[in-house]
Amino acid sequence: MATTTETTTGRGSRNVLEIEGLSVAYRTEEGDIFPVRDVSLTIGKGESFGLVGESGSGKSTLAMGAIRYLPANGRVTAGRVLLSGRDLLSLSGKEMRSVWGSRVAVVYQSPGNALNPSIRTGNQIAEVARIHLGMSKQEAHQRMLEMLEKVKMPDPESVARRYPHQLSGGMLQRCVVAQAMVTNPELLILDEPTTALDVTTQAVVLDLVAELKQEFDSAILYITHDLGVVARVCDRVGVMYAGEFMEQGAIRHLFKRPLHPYTLNLLGCVPHFSLGPRRKTLNTIPGFIPRLDELPEGCIFAPRCSLAEPECRVAQPPLVRAGEDHLTACRRWPVVPTPAEHMDTITADLMQARGEAENRLLEARDVKKYYPVPAQGPFRKDKRKVKSVDGMTIWIDEGRTLGLVGESGSGKTTMARTIIGLVEPTEGTISLRGEVLGPTTRSRTRDVLRRIQMVFQNPDASLNPRQTVGQSIGRPLALFGTPRGEIPGRVLELLEAVHLSPSYYRRLPSELSGGEKQRVAIARAFAAEPDLILCDEPIASLDVSVQGSLMNLLTTLQAEKGTSYLFISHDLSAVQHLSDWVCVAYLGCAMEWGDAGDVLNPPYHPYTEALLSAIPIPDPDVIQKNIRLEGSVPSAVDIPPGCRFHTRCPRFIGDICVEEEPPWREGEGDHWIYCHHTFETLVEMQKETLRLADHDHGSPGVEVQV
Amino acid sequence: MLSFIVRRLGFMVLTLILASLLIFAATQILPGDVATMVLGRFATEQALDNFRGEMGLNRSLVVQYGDWLFSFVQGDWGESLSTRADVRDLVLERLRNSAMLALVAFVMYVPLGIVLGVVAAIRRNSWVDHVISVGSLAFIGLPEFVTGLLLIAVFALRLDWFPSSSAIPPDAAFFDRHTLERLVLPALTISLVSLAYIARMTRSSTVEVLGMDYVRTAYLKGLSRSRVIGRHVLRNALLPTVTVVAIGIGWLIGGLIVTESLFGFPGIGRLLLFGIQRRDLPLIQATTMVIVVIFTMANLLADILYGYLNPRIRFR
Repeated sequence: MATTTETTTGRGSRNVLEIEGLSVAYRTEEGDIFPVRDVSLTIGKGESFGLVGESGSGKSTLAMGAIRYLPANGRVTAGRVLLSGRDLLSLSGKEMRSVWGSRVAVVYQSPGNALNPSIRTGNQIAEVARIHLGMSKQEAHQRMLEMLEKVKMPDPESVARRYPHQLSGGMLQRCVVAQAMVTNPELLILDEPTTALDVTTQAVVLDLVAELKQEFDSAILYITHDLGVVARVCDRVGVMYAGEFMEQGAIRHLFKRPLHPYTLNLLGCVPHFSLGPRRKTLNTIPGFIPRLDELPEGCIFAPRCSLAEPECRVAQPPLVRAGEDHLTACRRWPVVPTPAEHMDTITADLMQARGEAENRLLEARDVKKYYPVPAQGPFRKDKRKVKSVDGMTIWIDEGRTLGLVGESGSGKTTMARTIIGLVEPTEGTISLRGEVLGPTTRSRTRDVLRRIQMVFQNPDASLNPRQTVGQSIGRPLALFGTPRGEIPGRVLELLEAVHLSPSYYRRLPSELSGGEKQRVAIARAFAAEPDLILCDEPIASLDVSVQGSLMNLLTTLQAEKGTSYLFISHDLSAVQHLSDWVCVAYLGCAMEWGDAGDVLNPPYHPYTEALLSAIPIPDPDVIQKNIRLEGSVPSAVDIPPGCRFHTRCPRFIGDICVEEEPPWREGEGDHWIYCHHTFETLVEMQKETLRLADHDHGSPGVEVQV
Repeated sequence: MLSFIVRRLGFMVLTLILASLLIFAATQILPGDVATMVLGRFATEQALDNFRGEMGLNRSLVVQYGDWLFSFVQGDWGESLSTRADVRDLVLERLRNSAMLALVAFVMYVPLGIVLGVVAAIRRNSWVDHVISVGSLAFIGLPEFVTGLLLIAVFALRLDWFPSSSAIPPDAAFFDRHTLERLVLPALTISLVSLAYIARMTRSSTVEVLGMDYVRTAYLKGLSRSRVIGRHVLRNALLPTVTVVAIGIGWLIGGLIVTESLFGFPGIGRLLLFGIQRRDLPLIQATTMVIVVIFTMANLLADILYGYLNPRIRFR
């Protein structure tokens, strides 16, 4: 193994964390595996270092190994870890405990699980002050309240008295951050802290991290798979792949001129707004991350690399300095193409220019779905309703895609379930090619059932673990009348269509990766030869490189088969990439909708504007207008009167928003906005806001407010 | 919380009414004629008729049930057919004895079971864990009369540490060496099964909680292991155990019948057995009702405790 003690050094005067040649081993039944091998990095005071990689790249193991919190079968086998010059690996367990929580603090992905459900949040935060700062109960309480104020928690006194389940995700994450900052730690490790949050909440938490960086001067190790997040909060970044650094350097170097093919490919996988709505394919990386017990010879990325030459497979290339504050592990780095050149070679125009809208396929008119509120006591029946979907109208044309986007609680999924008949609408009609459908699957004919299919978010739960891939895909074929003898042949055709080899026919879901399972689910949906497929967050749980290939797959299959999609997602970049039309939903009601090009360009509905402003864009030069939504989505039981968005609206006018329901305003082309503002005033106000999709083909880049 | 308790109390009353119906129906189906049982096989038809009239056995079942339930609620539990003693006095006296026995058992097995479970969870897959897990599985499988006999054979006959019979006078004073040493073996017998259940339940829920993110958070706050376990793990891990403890009270009562007979202990279990053998209807009915009341109360207590420990339920 090559020695890669070289690291980039930050601008910070003093290094807080220095990791040198760290290797971590896990003991398994087949012997030791090494998820982290000989990695080095340094983080200076007040600096934030982004650790990026796909799942299985070893980024969390690296962080936890460095602070010596590994599972029982894990151990550090080599290297040094210095925290402000002190060697952590030589400390005793007891000494390490005095480091944890006082000099090093950790925040993880799911704030809901990171706090103890049966202890009041305030006491959990104060506990740190009592242990490490030796404070009395009253002092610790005071300190806790100060911290909650520092993380901008509204009403700290009352939050401190509450239990975790009584707080929203964003508030919980603030509590966790407050708890981490109590002792003003030298090193703060943030492990995917916003992955489980809505995009608007994520934006608020990221702002908070940026502010804390200013205020506390801690070194931050920020672990994430999301390149956009890194671009927003980090100064330097290291890209990990299968346990090693591929590239390391200042954020602008890496994003503007990546010098490793892996980084280049990762950046290409993310749907970029400048590509325009689905005119181009996304980058994909062939093959898979290697298994840790079968690492390839030479460069570990070589088997998947388009630049690889025979020499790459001989010896492992060391990290070499390719510029000031820029290291790469690619021996061919001088010939790595620029992102622009790369995009030109990989992206092909997928869509031919298409004519005017074809026939209307599906129309869901004034759909409402109300659920009863569970009774509170034996004699108190609650007459209120949870209004999951509260009067939504959408339609989808043949062969087109409607993107349905909104935060959690916007009613997206309920809408899809209503369309397919899993949920009976309280009001409203669903019609397919003008024919009104029954409210539930039981009242629909088999042919109607065949024509609408669904792909779910979590393929683990939607594939029967006891059925082989062949059985799963063959089932709808048999159900909808394919003769028995033809089924295996058709299944193989479908597997080929989703780019899986025939060898997958006999495999069980447990033998597949997440992306492969989702391909099987897509193949199963297509087996019925449906007119419409409802895709409910089909890529949300997958790695970026896999997301890109699935989006390509959906696009090509649509071009071949003319199937329509309802694509549900909270990810606006994915939605704009795939959709012809976009509907932005909030609290069970559409706020804006129409042609994707129109919706994703000013004028926006204020809610769309806020969503767009919250998306982290993987380009450190993009400075987005800071529009932040305060608080969380109101309860669907007590929907605010007037315009339901008025409680959080950044463009709030006044009483009219509270008292009157806004009108649907129609813009040029196909574009509707549900707002008291006119198109003209919205245009005026949003002059400086980001444009995300371009009307014209090939127009470059993103216009930015500076 | 109050509405929660009120709701549970409502369910409890319903349960009790249903149980009383079942108990009454069951005693009616019991084979054998009560009058014959009491007066003997050679009683004249006239005497039997008189007895039935006197006891109200000729009335319709609905009237009998209503009458019985009404007087039961009022505290008039009737007169024992076989001993002519007041049933209420009899049952309450034996109940006191059984409660004492159960209490001794309870304070032995609940803390011990929890400790064993937590230790097994913390040292999971070590030999300590294996010993506790295998041992508890073995005891769950063994019925009380087997464990009881084993305990007698070892601790009474061989080691002679405790007496083998627990036949104390029904009105014996409890905080008295003579009585207490006679309680140890039967208490141990009924403890073993519940101890094993509690240990296993505590182990599995503790293992689950140890894997939660907030335990990792607690460790990385720099808390010592004992503090993490004591403050962050136990409270969450004991939630399912609370329910098991309450359901265990049901087993305890079932165990009492066998164990009390085995040791000749004058408790409510033995009283019930006695009543059944004599077809002593008022005695059977009252004893079973009391057992049902205790059982439902234990469950209510478990629910309240569970709600107290689990804020997610408390505030619903």
